[in-house]
Order: sequence, then C-alpha cells, then structure tokens
Amino acid sequence: MTPTAATPDAATAIDVSGLTRRYGAITAVDGLSFTVPRGQVVTVLGPNGAGKTTTLETLEGFAAPDAGSVRVLGLDPWRQSGALRPKIGVMLQAGGAHLSARAGEALSLVARCSANPLDTGWLLEVLGLGEVVGVPVRRLSGGQVQRLSLAMALVGRPELLILDEPTAGMDPQVRHLVWDLIRAARRDGMTVLLTTHLLDEAELLSDRILIIDHGRLLADGSPAELVAGSAPELTFAARPGLDLIELAGLLPADVTTAEPSPGHYRLTGQGISPDVLATVTAFCARNGVMPQRMHTGARSLDEVYLQLTGSQVRS
Amino acid sequence: MTQPAPTFPDGIFRPDPRPASAARMVLAAASTELRIQLRNGEQLLLAVVIPLGVLLGLTLTTVIDLDEPRIDTVTPGVLTLAVLSSAFTAQAIATGFDRRYGVLKRLAATGMSRSLLIAGKCGSVLAVACGQVLLIGVVAAILGWHPAGSWPFAIPLLLLGVIAMVGLALLIGGTLRAEAVLALANLIWLVLVGIGGVIVPLSSAPGWLRTVGGLTPVGALSDGLHAALNSDVVPSARVWLVLIVWTLAAWAATVRWFKWQ
Repeated sequence: MTPTAATPDAATAIDVSGLTRRYGAITAVDGLSFTVPRGQVVTVLGPNGAGKTTTLETLEGFAAPDAGSVRVLGLDPWRQSGALRPKIGVMLQAGGAHLSARAGEALSLVARCSANPLDTGWLLEVLGLGEVVGVPVRRLSGGQVQRLSLAMALVGRPELLILDEPTAGMDPQVRHLVWDLIRAARRDGMTVLLTTHLLDEAELLSDRILIIDHGRLLADGSPAELVAGSAPELTFAARPGLDLIELAGLLPADVTTAEPSPGHYRLTGQGISPDVLATVTAFCARNGVMPQRMHTGARSLDEVYLQLTGSQVRS
Repeated sequence: MTQPAPTFPDGIFRPDPRPASAARMVLAAASTELRIQLRNGEQLLLAVVIPLGVLLGLTLTTVIDLDEPRIDTVTPGVLTLAVLSSAFTAQAIATGFDRRYGVLKRLAATGMSRSLLIAGKCGSVLAVACGQVLLIGVVAAILGWHPAGSWPFAIPLLLLGVIAMVGLALLIGGTLRAEAVLALANLIWLVLVGIGGVIVPLSSAPGWLRTVGGLTPVGALSDGLHAALNSDVVPSARVWLVLIVWTLAAWAATVRWFKWQ
C-alpha cells in the first residue's frame, strides 16, 4: 500500500519534493527533492550560498516554500509548526542564546520547554561546558557557544536533530566529541540532518550525503556510492619535473600520467595494479627520489565535490 | 579490568519529545527574562534608580514649583515614569536585541508559540512593575505620602497602562532593527516624559499641552493616577478611553506585524 499525505510514511523522517524558495529575484532553493529515512545521519554539503540554510529553515517551519512540498515527521512544517517543533531539535547557525543569560540558564530555559528533558548538568559537563555554567553567553568562546547551541538542540530528546554547521569553530578534540555524540544519537534512534563544509566530517558520519549547489541537488548517495564509478588512481608527491614520458613508457597503455601541480603526480586508469605500483617505485628508485604520501584507490569525496560544485572560490 | 564509563551511555539519546505544559513554558520564559533584567545595570537604572531619584529630588527640593504636599503631587507621575521605563523602553530594547541575536527564533524552534512567548514577556514586565510600585510606594510613604479615597482605581489603571505600553514596546521591538529600536525607544521615552505629565501634572500645564499630552498613553495614565491618588473622584472616561484605544491599537498591530527575526 502506498502511503498518502494523510497517513505519513513511518519510515521517512523528511520528504522534500520540488522545494523552491525565492528571496526577491534570487532563487535560493530551486526544485530540490530528497528524502531522509528515519534513523539515518544525512549530511547536506554545498558551497556558501548553495541553499543549505534556506532548506533547513523550510524544514523547521521558519520559511514557507514558494513551490513544492515539505513533510517533516509527517507534518507540514509551515502550517503545523506547533505540533512539529517539540519533536525536532534545532541547532541554529547563530546560537540563539540571550547574551546576558548564563550558559546554564540559557540551556535550562530550553529544557523547561520539554516535559522530559535530558539532565542539563550532565549535558553541559559532557560537552565540556561544566566550568562555564555561570558564565554569561557573551563571554563564551565561539566553540563554547556552538556546544551550548548543540546542547539546546538535544536537551528535549527530539526524534529529529537538524544541525546547521554543528562543528564550525570547534577545535579538533571537540569536533571528535561531537562526532561521537552524533553517532550515539543515531545508535539510540534519532534521525540527524546536518550541514557542513568539512568533507571528512561528511564522509565519517553520514549514511548519505546530499551535494547541493545553486539550490539544486547535484548528487545523493552513500559516501561509498559517491566516490564509486570512477577509475582507480595512484597519487604521490616527489620532486617536481620527473620524466613522465619515460614513466608512461613503462606502464600499461590505459594508465595516464600527469603532474597536475609541481611535485604532485597522478596516475589514472583501470590498469592500475600492484605491478604498476612496483614499476613506479622502481622508477623513483632509479631517479633517486623518495615518493611521499603514496595513495591508491578511487577518487576522493573531495574531488567528487569539487568536480560537481566547481573549484572557484565563492564569497 | 573495568572499562571507563562510556561518554554517551546506551539509550541516553532515545527520543522522547514531549512539550511541557503551556503554563510551564510561560513561567520558564518569564522567570528567565526577569532574572536577566534584574542583573542588568542599565535596566535597573531605568526602572528603579531614575524614578526614585525623581521622587526624592522633586519632594526634597523646591526648584520646581508644585502643589503641596509635594509628595502627593509627585508620586503619580513617578509611578507613570516607572511603568513607561520598564514596560515600554526597557522591553522594546530587550525585544529588539532578542530578535537580533536569534533568542526569539531559538525559543520558537523549541516549540514556544508567539502567544506563549509574549505571555512570558508580559509576565516578567508585570512582575517588574509590581516591584517598582511597591518600592516607590514604600519610599513615598516614608516621605509622608497619603493616597486619597479613590486609590483602588490606580490598580486597574496601572495594569492597563502596563499592557498598553508592553504592546507598544513589542510593536517597535518586534518590527524594527535593533539599533533603530534603541534610538526610537529612548527618544519616545524622552518625549513622553516631556509631554506626559510625569514631572509636573498635566492639570497645571498650558491648555495645548494638556490636550496633546492627555492623548498619549503616558499622559492618560498620569492624569488617571493623579485623579485616583489625590482625590475622591473616579478617573475620567477620557483617561480610560485613551488607554484602551492605545492598548487595542498597539496589540492589533503587534499581532499583525511582529517578526521573530
């Protein structure tokens, strides 16, 4: 039986179909469609201005779609925000805590909006905010404000977490803690939708990655699916100007050699094999150079991303 | 060998989203806002120090010519000033900056509806106003204040005044940019102190000022309080009408135009 709008699909947390959102002449989101199954961690990747935050705002009921439909936990976020919002935990890009409130007070206020909140003392402690419970929000560091904001998203035990750049401004240790936290949330049955600029973060955490740009969906798949389907490659670094014509002569015909930037070498082709690896190291040995950071495998998510979204810098 | 306890024990994040009751949410919003306001030096200056300063200054010095006993003439205006400062100026500025920093959006994301949020703000303003009236009343009593026979009318008048001024505060704070709110709320405070019968009762002001000032919510409130606290007559219908019209207009506009961010 196909689910209808009236009987929401219990297995789908988010269902976006043909979503369009304009700001004056600018189309921020342009016919975007995707679904997020319950219990998964899905990451939205895209350059600045790709439409990520606008998409999240329509899911949270802060913006109405100009076209298309959005269902979150079976509800219309714009018309049924009152029923939806208690079920979702939202981390806003701009913290949202009162600057004069103390960190503990700010979290307590959000916790008191829930009938069965997490223990705020534990949550602050575990996020490394135990020492700053009594410190006004305006005196917290950027990373501390981010953690407080994450705590606010979690404290009401939501079914769905929507996190806008959760690890922005966090140092590496804290970022790992947040990754552990997101994994624990997934383990315990929460659905998580997050945005990030960090490709390694997306790759490590996500069941699925959506790459969007100019408000359109460019790719949708698991990290493995996104990098699959490309020719294997071998990359290494060495002194610039190695004789690639000589090297190419030693390799199978379908392997192409290139030096995309001085000192960085890339070999691509289905013929990449252990023999090719041995040939390359022997070639390096004859030339008296030590190959550094040798890597074989498919192209990285990084390359997929840059290929899809272009490599020019956006403001 | 014992393992260290895991940072995130199994099941700790099992979903169980249940909103608190509306009453608890309003109480949470009101009490948090109240605590923040009470810690804020500028707000305390505006809400308590300036009105008490005016009360003491006008009563103990005779620079400005006022009817005797001076304390009876001064107290209704000081009560009006206190309400204007906390319910209007302070609340407008607080709301403007709450929007700027995403505080209201954050609460909305938690499931607090606009009406609960506004109820919370009204709750905190009313609590502050009660404290102000009590404090000013006690200090005035020490200075020899004797409210007259129709003083019970002061209670609904003050309540109506607070509600009208919170409505105006939310209208300005909920629609303009934070900097514009800051400038405008202070400017309006200054103008209304000037023409609203706060320092010198409107009854002893020139005719045009009496008319114009009497049509402002501050003028109507100070007029009404003078009548209730200094005589045995019921505050005039004009006073009630002006306050009710301002209340309805401000709240209708707030409901229509208030923006979360």
